[in-house]
Amino acid sequence: MGGISRYIAQRLLLTIPMLLILLTLVFLILRVMPGDPVLAMLGGRNVSPELIEEYRHKMGVDRPIPVQYAEYLNGIIHGDFGKSFRTNKPVVWELFQRFPATLELAAFGLLFAALFGFTTGVLAATRADRPIDHAVRIFHVGSFAMPLFWLGLMLQVLFAVKLGWFPVASRLGGRIAFTFEPITGFYLLDSLIRGNGEVIADIAKHLVLPSITLGFALTGLLGRMTRASMLEVLDQDYVTTARAKGLKERVVILAHALRNALIPIVTVFGLQFAILMGGAVLTETVFSWPGVASFLVRSIEARDWPAIQGSIVFIAIFISIINLIVDVLYSVIDPRVRY
Amino acid sequence: MPENTGQTKIENPTFVIGVIRWIVRRLSSGRHALRRQTILKVGLIIVFLFILTTGLTQIEGLTPYHTTKYRDAPRLQGPSASHLMGTDQLHRDVFSRVLAGGKASLIVAFGAIALSMTVGSVLGWISGFTGGFLDRVLSLIMDAIYSFPSMILAIVLVAMFGAGIGPMIWAVGFVYIPTYFRVTRAEVLQVRETTYIEAIRAVGASNTRIILRHAAPNTVNAIMAVSSFNLADAILTVAALSFLGFGLPPPAPDWGFDIQNGQKYLQSGSWWLITFPGLMIIALSLGFGLIGEGISDLVNPKRKRKRV
Repeated sequence: MGGISRYIAQRLLLTIPMLLILLTLVFLILRVMPGDPVLAMLGGRNVSPELIEEYRHKMGVDRPIPVQYAEYLNGIIHGDFGKSFRTNKPVVWELFQRFPATLELAAFGLLFAALFGFTTGVLAATRADRPIDHAVRIFHVGSFAMPLFWLGLMLQVLFAVKLGWFPVASRLGGRIAFTFEPITGFYLLDSLIRGNGEVIADIAKHLVLPSITLGFALTGLLGRMTRASMLEVLDQDYVTTARAKGLKERVVILAHALRNALIPIVTVFGLQFAILMGGAVLTETVFSWPGVASFLVRSIEARDWPAIQGSIVFIAIFISIINLIVDVLYSVIDPRVRY
Repeated sequence: MPENTGQTKIENPTFVIGVIRWIVRRLSSGRHALRRQTILKVGLIIVFLFILTTGLTQIEGLTPYHTTKYRDAPRLQGPSASHLMGTDQLHRDVFSRVLAGGKASLIVAFGAIALSMTVGSVLGWISGFTGGFLDRVLSLIMDAIYSFPSMILAIVLVAMFGAGIGPMIWAVGFVYIPTYFRVTRAEVLQVRETTYIEAIRAVGASNTRIILRHAAPNTVNAIMAVSSFNLADAILTVAALSFLGFGLPPPAPDWGFDIQNGQKYLQSGSWWLITFPGLMIIALSLGFGLIGEGISDLVNPKRKRKRV
């Protein structure tokens, strides 16, 4: 395993310049562009220039940009992302507070995308050039043109307002939110630990519509890749061999073909995860989901510089870690890969 | 790469003429052009209709009702014969606003893609051709931007640039630069090693000349397909930015913004405020997507045969 730990170390080293570039970019954009955080925070009220100066000094935005930059980098190295202008709490605390909500949503979104994408992809590939194949392909291409925020709103209108099957927004029903005490922050997990059936059902119901919305960002992509990859695999000799052995078609497709077809899909999972995080911004906004992405949007509106910078670095680190995990998993799925 | 060697015969000195000739040649001749034309045609027709409708409805009097000044309809009423897509909370006709609401989307999408295509391709050619330290630094920067969620980056940028069409072009355009950088750089790296480039260099052609006349035209194929898909994506990004409130200022009609407005009346069941602008966004984005599919099939006929 010496090879793999060296590989992980190398990859970690490579992510540092990437993070630095992103961080610098955002830092510069925030400082160069119009929009004063002090004025935004004081809310356009009639304030004296002295008060503005005082706040400017307190927030540390009156110092030269290189000094601010150096201090900021120094802070990040020590895990300090500064304090939010808005809430006056450490940005790291704010982010970790909201991170489980985003991760829970992303996990279930991914689950939905995988189930739906793989199923439709396999369905189309095993019936290539037949009507069902064409229907699925049109659906896949069409799904790329779907505005996520619109899908979320339409689901709300249909399943929440008209049919009343699911709640419109948020993570918890009002009454349950009063008494529910989270443990890990992953509400579904927490409710399972507590074992209260009513709470579990409520939390699960709140997850359905947001998960479908977010998952839709990847459904078409996964489905398309599954179909293409399956078509390639189904032509291989070992699939013919499996069939010749007299295995059931279901076993051939799922155990022999799909397992190998998934390999190229897993390799680009890192990029797909970036798409998922982008979708989370819209999904969380539409469903009032208290996650990292909606925190970023609100920070932008308030010109909360440390919060914006912190969120972006946080998301970038998160995506880098996911990429790393995917690379390591890759060697588990495909035993031919060695580092 | 038989596809590309055919392409190098473009003898026009400028890139633009190369692009035009490429489109004309691809559309007018060849077996491949005939086979999968339907998708491309449908896409082109959709986009053309959208440009036409949006363009015409910007002229006063060409929408059924005035998009902002007409305030005589009943408030928040569902679709009817006189108001095909219902009315909003300000007594305005939704149908008229939906027809005219694509202005920002189209301008920003085309503007942004033009910006990112120019900057990204030029950087990609230079980076791929010169190699060395510059190439490594540029690639690292581009990879950093590319690996980050484009939607989030676009939101942050437009929030800092300020709302409106101009800022949105810069924000969305910036986000797509790495896409073109990667595509052109990869192509140039491949072309650079071919014998004909070596021959041209032996004759004494300058680097600028090699890039513009020989390396760049080879990347046209890839760029054309990528930009169509990018346009489809840009339409969605612009809609999302407008939805979040970074688009045109009210009361101008705009799909994304009108959906945000409709969100407030969702609980009371006013579904028409959200539904119709959204369908327009889907149709336009789908149109660009189909053009991308069509061009990809033309550029790479194997793609169709392998049914990818």
